Amino acid sequence: MSGARARGLSPGLSPRWRHPLVWLALAALLSQGLALSLGSVAIGPDELVRVLTGGGEALHRTLVLELRLPRALAAFGTGALLAMAGALMQILLRNPLADPYVLGLSGGASVAALAAMLAGLGAALVGGAAFAGALASTLIVFGLAHGGGSWTPTRLLLTGVVMASGWGALISFLLAVSPVERLPGMLYWLMGDLAYAGSPWPVLVMAAAALAVVLPLGRTLNVLARGGLQAAALGVAVRPLEWALYLLASLVTAVAVTTAGSVGFVGLMVPHMLRLRLGNDQRRILPASLLAGGALLTLADTLARTLIAPQQLPVGVITALIGVPTFLFLLQRSRR
Amino acid sequence: MGPKELGLEARGLVIDVPGRPDGRALDLAIEPGQRWGVLGPNGAGKTTLLHTLAGLRPPRAGQVRLDGRGLAHWRRRALARRLGVVFQERHDDFPATVRETALIGRHPFLSPWRQEGPEDHARAAAALERLELSHLAERELSTLSGGERQRVSLATVLTQAPDVWLADEPTNHLDLHHQVAAMALLAEQADRGHGVMMCLHDLNLAARWCSHLLLLYPDGEACWGEAQAMLTVEALERLYRQKLLCVEVDGAPVFVPTR
Repeated sequence: MSGARARGLSPGLSPRWRHPLVWLALAALLSQGLALSLGSVAIGPDELVRVLTGGGEALHRTLVLELRLPRALAAFGTGALLAMAGALMQILLRNPLADPYVLGLSGGASVAALAAMLAGLGAALVGGAAFAGALASTLIVFGLAHGGGSWTPTRLLLTGVVMASGWGALISFLLAVSPVERLPGMLYWLMGDLAYAGSPWPVLVMAAAALAVVLPLGRTLNVLARGGLQAAALGVAVRPLEWALYLLASLVTAVAVTTAGSVGFVGLMVPHMLRLRLGNDQRRILPASLLAGGALLTLADTLARTLIAPQQLPVGVITALIGVPTFLFLLQRSRR
Repeated sequence: MGPKELGLEARGLVIDVPGRPDGRALDLAIEPGQRWGVLGPNGAGKTTLLHTLAGLRPPRAGQVRLDGRGLAHWRRRALARRLGVVFQERHDDFPATVRETALIGRHPFLSPWRQEGPEDHARAAAALERLELSHLAERELSTLSGGERQRVSLATVLTQAPDVWLADEPTNHLDLHHQVAAMALLAEQADRGHGVMMCLHDLNLAARWCSHLLLLYPDGEACWGEAQAMLTVEALERLYRQKLLCVEVDGAPVFVPTR
């Protein structure tokens, strides 16, 4: 099977190398088109083009430009960030099963956000609390795992997993003591919801910035994936790189969680799925994760707000419903 | 790249094995053209020594110097252009092909934005050819046997083409033919003016292929010197706490454990 798989072995940016990224970019565009077209009022492709180029009916203009476009872009940016955070965490921990949720980052964000909601704070402050919670969780996990000096990926992973279950207990506690009327909002936030995403710029700018930071590190990350000692023997300054990765992944997660609540599964599934198809060259996996994660969350969010319209589903439910069977299917096929 | 004058040198070096007395500090140099073998029982610190010599872990005392300059003063990348390590343990958690794995040996030579060019690919291909792996180039590491994986590790360092080779049990998992081929590869590297140090479990490979030997005892004691002087039955029996018979075959001593 390996021979059939297109890999970035030919030197330079050959068409063979670009191929999967071109397809993923098309998928991302298509998902944006769908997100803009579908909804309470369906808008055809030609009208959509007219609206986007400055024409079209006034109602359609309002619907597309003011309601659907910001949300679709926010969904794309959030998905892109989550998938990239997952890809980075997996390299950092040399474990294909790591992601921001497994490591307790989103747990910390959730606890802080729920506490803010319980205190009756506004949306902006809830976002800020989520951000602070994610970063605090990062520092706690990294600090504790660093502890006795024998810092290893396994130890970091274990610390993260234990912290995550601790946060889980706190979340249950907060839900238990919350007044009933606040519960729906909190639950939606816990399952991820893009309805209150607001401006898409934070996630889009963060995604672009993160990609700009990690792309030049691509080959270095490939070497790091072979283990810390091997990477050091090949000239990688391992410890500073690991710190940078962890902080970047945390920042990326924090921005995503602040925008959309805690959407699970994207960070774990997208990079892993791509790796099954594309191998593990980070120079391809990272941009591919960005595109695929963005496209997946845009599609999921479109389904979330149209499936049982006028009611909306939490987007996290849809990502899991699409993701789990796809993931299992790919995993099964890759076993051949 | 021609031979360097000084090579890798240990000065008053005590490796840091937790809970062990310092023993005897090491003062030795792996000069260009020399083939050093490190012998010792399990847990004697062979791997720790190799990692310390590669600058991957700090010594308890003393210094490791390359070209007369302490390793701490080298930038990791500059060091990786001169020193290659064949590891005993490997982490193949992520999918990768044989060719990609050989190609990472070029990492220290490439700037961040540079893709691997035709020359890098040619070097990797030559290394794979040298280790009889060309037919496996597109295979996934996870589908290889232990011996094949071991040869890929050697191919990676051959692609890296360092001046000093530090090989941790380079013949691990290899069949007889490939054991000899691996030793011949390391000997050839030494003949080209590179320094070679390898940890070995096989006394007879050491007797046949090494120019110098370092015997590491579990209590931190050590002795080293030219191979012929070190290969005495008494020293080796004390090293392994095992009775040995020595016979001469084909011009080299062969050691056989007695019952």
